[in-house]
Amino acid sequence: MGNISDKKVQELREKANEIRQSIIESLTEAGSGHTAGSLGMTDIFTYLYFHGMKQDPKNPDWDDRDLFILSNGHICPGLYATLAHAEYFPVEELMTLRKLGSRLQGHPHRGTLPGIETSSGPLGSGISQGIGMALSTRLNGAGKTSDRFIYCCVGDGELQEGQNWEAILMGAKYKLHNLIVIVDRNNIQIDGYTEDVMPLNDLSEKFESFNWHVQEIDGHNFEMIDDAIGQAQTIFDKPSVIIVNTVPGKGVSEFERLPEWHGKAPSKEEAEDALKNLRTLGGKIKCEQLD
Amino acid sequence: MINKDLKLNTDLFKEDFGASEGFDKTPTRNGFGDALAKAGEENENIVALTADLSESVRTHKFAQAFPERFFEVGISEQNMVSVASGLAHQGKIPFAASYAVFSPGRNWEQIRTTICYNDQPVKIIGSHSGLLTGPDGGTHQALEDIAITRVLPNMVVISPCDYQEAYKATMAMSETSDPTYLRLSREKTPQITTSDTPFEIGKAVTLFEAKDTEKVDVGIIATGVITYQALKAAQKLEDDGLSVKVINIHTIKPLDEKAIIELAKESGAIVTVEEHQIAGGLGSAVSEVLSKNQPTPQEFVGVKDIYGESGNGFELYEHFEVDETAIEKSVKEVIKRK
Repeated sequence: MGNISDKKVQELREKANEIRQSIIESLTEAGSGHTAGSLGMTDIFTYLYFHGMKQDPKNPDWDDRDLFILSNGHICPGLYATLAHAEYFPVEELMTLRKLGSRLQGHPHRGTLPGIETSSGPLGSGISQGIGMALSTRLNGAGKTSDRFIYCCVGDGELQEGQNWEAILMGAKYKLHNLIVIVDRNNIQIDGYTEDVMPLNDLSEKFESFNWHVQEIDGHNFEMIDDAIGQAQTIFDKPSVIIVNTVPGKGVSEFERLPEWHGKAPSKEEAEDALKNLRTLGGKIKCEQLD
Repeated sequence: MINKDLKLNTDLFKEDFGASEGFDKTPTRNGFGDALAKAGEENENIVALTADLSESVRTHKFAQAFPERFFEVGISEQNMVSVASGLAHQGKIPFAASYAVFSPGRNWEQIRTTICYNDQPVKIIGSHSGLLTGPDGGTHQALEDIAITRVLPNMVVISPCDYQEAYKATMAMSETSDPTYLRLSREKTPQITTSDTPFEIGKAVTLFEAKDTEKVDVGIIATGVITYQALKAAQKLEDDGLSVKVINIHTIKPLDEKAIIELAKESGAIVTVEEHQIAGGLGSAVSEVLSKNQPTPQEFVGVKDIYGESGNGFELYEHFEVDETAIEKSVKEVIKRK
């Protein structure tokens, strides 16, 4: 990774816009679900599934694939829409989200939908599972350095769960260089802003003190995402974390930055406006500037 | 009388067998530890994890033999079982061992979601279950673990009665793809079975045959190391003239329903014996089967909605009324209800 072309960036922006439209459509049809985080992480998902990860939608169990864990399973509408656009399953199936008999469960279920590596929703267990996958990859490679990466997305509010810190200790102990954790730093959770509910303070400092390789970037800037993933892949003596600053509800100005959109779906009218705006914006959704 | 076909320990009813030092007594946790090291030799996909209790839960032999396949996670049981899930995702058969109060106690939700809902072949090893954890006291005596594991879809629950059964259960578990809970005990306990006694997951074992097969007065159903107390009680009752049959349910789930229904039909009176809360344990599982298929008077020997406390393990059996005397009393009561 690194040195992504302008053409590719433009393609990814356009793809991310299509995925955002699918997220709005599926959530509106479902009538419930998590809008803000799904839209906020769309650029990361788009980057991973349309550029960053080794994967084959036609052969989702391919042994040498990179692995992706969505620890904050509640933002699965974003992952489902990305998987559908990447052709893991038909885009039309997104409209079955949260319905009886659907493969698109309200929170992801392993074994039901192609591309879902593990069930998630109850927060805090993703990094631990990533550690297990990384240890296994190391054992299978008889100690040789592997170019297979395990990506694990966690929410910032999710880091209030103690299990994460048990896992963060362990990842450093075993120097799991092929584990790349992506923290969605969007500053909101169900009950409000993270720093009011239970302050997380400086996450970079925390991870550094646990002996992880830390980067902090704008989670909507494909060049920065590409650089950060590229850099994380070159680290060989510790696991990596990329703290991605994202705007919850990104792409739909009416939803952006508002905690109330954490756990609800748009109404039909709100969805119509949102879709109109997204279609107008096309590949021009702006990235944010870091402080 | 003791079942002659199962090659059981012939010393079983010698005087003071349970108490004296002269007889072979080994904890079930040793059976697990010895088998884990053996299974590790046979299958390189077997890995083990421990949360700072490697000697106590007997993973140390495996750790010495296969250091690269052993993961010390420190004091973090929630992390341990989720790491195990990740290892299983990539083809490993992980054995994650701790004390039962911590695992499956503290980390129940991680077991539910990342192992059972995911249907990953992780083996949860809960040592120091039951009252025989003794002096450590109520915090450390897991009396709820059967209840919280048997409610989980996909989970297999095994509660061996002695060292040999724990050994065989561990070997059998290492070859299945099911999430499995193995319940172990800290204390040295008598050997009921031998290495030649057959073992099959899900299959009940008739340890004690009724002296009159035409007229069985009571059927005793036991699980775990307390099965020895059930056998002692059965021998005493037989000496007193009753016709008693004892089956050992080493697999709580899937439950050998056929054997339980058969025993209820033969005897018309059932006593269940376990070192666990009555609510949700073996007795409850048996009752679920019988109330639907063969309604039968049943008495429950188990812990009565109360926490344990410090003491010598066998003293605690008496104190909490799960010892031989309590079993005999329950047998007499259930016969009256026939």
